[in-house]
Amino acid sequence: MDGMTEIRWHARAGQGAKTAAQILALALLRTGKGVQAFPEYGPERRGAPLRAYTRVADRPIRRHDSVTDPDVVVVLEPSLVHEAGVAEGLAPDGYVVFNGDEAPPELDEVVVRCVPAQRLASKLGSGFVNMVMLGAVAAELGEPPLADLQDAAVETLGRKVAADDVRRALSEGYAWLN
Amino acid sequence: MTDVRLLTGGEAVAHAMRQIDPDVVPVYPITPQTPIIQTFAKLIADGEASTEIVNVESEHSAMSAAIGAALAGGRTMTATSSQGLALMAEVVYIAASMRAPIVMALGNRALSGPINIHCDHSDSMLIRDSGVVQLFAESAQDAYDLTVMAPRIAEDARVLLPVLVCLDGFTITHSAEPVSLLPDDEVARFVGPYRLRNAVLDTTRPTTQGPFAMPDYYFELRRQQAAALEAALDVLEEVAAEFELLSRRRVGALEAYRLEDATRAIVALGSTAGTVKDVVDELRDEHEAAGLLRLVSFRPFPSAAIAAALEGCASVAVLDRADSPGGTPPLHAELAAALYGSDLELAGHVYGLGGRELHPPDVREIFRGAAAPYVGLRGERCPV
Repeated sequence: MDGMTEIRWHARAGQGAKTAAQILALALLRTGKGVQAFPEYGPERRGAPLRAYTRVADRPIRRHDSVTDPDVVVVLEPSLVHEAGVAEGLAPDGYVVFNGDEAPPELDEVVVRCVPAQRLASKLGSGFVNMVMLGAVAAELGEPPLADLQDAAVETLGRKVAADDVRRALSEGYAWLN
Repeated sequence: MTDVRLLTGGEAVAHAMRQIDPDVVPVYPITPQTPIIQTFAKLIADGEASTEIVNVESEHSAMSAAIGAALAGGRTMTATSSQGLALMAEVVYIAASMRAPIVMALGNRALSGPINIHCDHSDSMLIRDSGVVQLFAESAQDAYDLTVMAPRIAEDARVLLPVLVCLDGFTITHSAEPVSLLPDDEVARFVGPYRLRNAVLDTTRPTTQGPFAMPDYYFELRRQQAAALEAALDVLEEVAAEFELLSRRRVGALEAYRLEDATRAIVALGSTAGTVKDVVDELRDEHEAAGLLRLVSFRPFPSAAIAAALEGCASVAVLDRADSPGGTPPLHAELAAALYGSDLELAGHVYGLGGRELHPPDVREIFRGAAAPYVGLRGERCPV
């Protein structure tokens, strides 16, 4: 879409979609891209369906409307395919990155890349499902480089989490779709 | 080396506040302003600013405390949104009349009711005639730049009025964008020390503040206050020119975007201007002579500059993000007055109330002259 890639994240509030959308934007900003990251706010309560967005382009981004025709949809929370219209507006050449071993029937009509992020995060023991998914999204996009993404994530998440766990979760997801 | 960060508009304003390091910030939380003061409070807790935050029990008290602090002799800032501004409105008028140079960030949000948390400009327009300066940001960068500029405008001896930096709720307050921060010492030098000529606590020069004014003086005081707001236009341009030397970014009273040979133009405030710029570029690629006049300063209203910028246009569409039930929406009314006597065609549109989206195809419709007076309103007419 005119040199701009638009990504829509689906999750439940508290699952870290807003943070993942921002980390991706930060890492891409560092590679010289124009970026924007924002959540869609409804009633704020933990567990409510939430959408977040990342825009990236080769030039500064000026538009300030929501994303209606995403190039990429990321489903952090698999149960949302039943209720949230996750494939809505997906660009004709777009795809869905889905947290699961196989695509659900609701996504039969669209291209789906499956990442068993829940399982991978459990295996790692740190529970960073959002970071596994973020790593996979970066691999599928072809940018930013994994190391840049890891640096941006560690910087954003700060001292409250173990940096090595974050880096591992990202690289696990990255390796899955790379 | 430039310090470019990914910041929400709210965080960008908080960083400007950190660099300005005001003496006092009395504040009461309200969505979508909260991230501003939350981020700022964290920066203070981290030792990056020395401001005294005064936790008050309402926005009415926040502005009252701000007046006291500013007139006592301390640089004072605050922030609010929507209902907070509505509750504060009584005291905003008093802040302006007492010529208190308070800087306030306003996260624009629709007024109730029905209750809503999303953006429109009805809160700004509620205090349109209070006598404060109102500057509208298009982006997080703009919100930062205007906040750094604001104390210089507010505290100029020709002005001495509150300055509001208005940023669209959520669209700017909560969206993360690249923001280039100036070095701390450059902002400190740019803003300079707070020097109020008639500070209450200056016991060597006792003054009376907030006196009773009967028919013998009220009119004159009001006229002086209005003249100060008019003078803010020149001060804004001076400060903008000086700021440009530091930042290489120019944010004056208005921005003419591809207007020089435009025959059709849109006039808009705030974040929507960014969306319109994208559409202007698309139309230009299609050999349509479209342009945008982005208004930064709504108060004071730069009528002469607007008329000059739109001189070559055949038709102009003005976008109001607030309605005036039973009358003409505020920006439309101002434009009509500024362009009185000109033969260009002026169309008014209300859009985006309560956070209703405005997408590029809507903007194209407006440029084509095919949009309804209420853009994006569902149904042909609303049931009464």
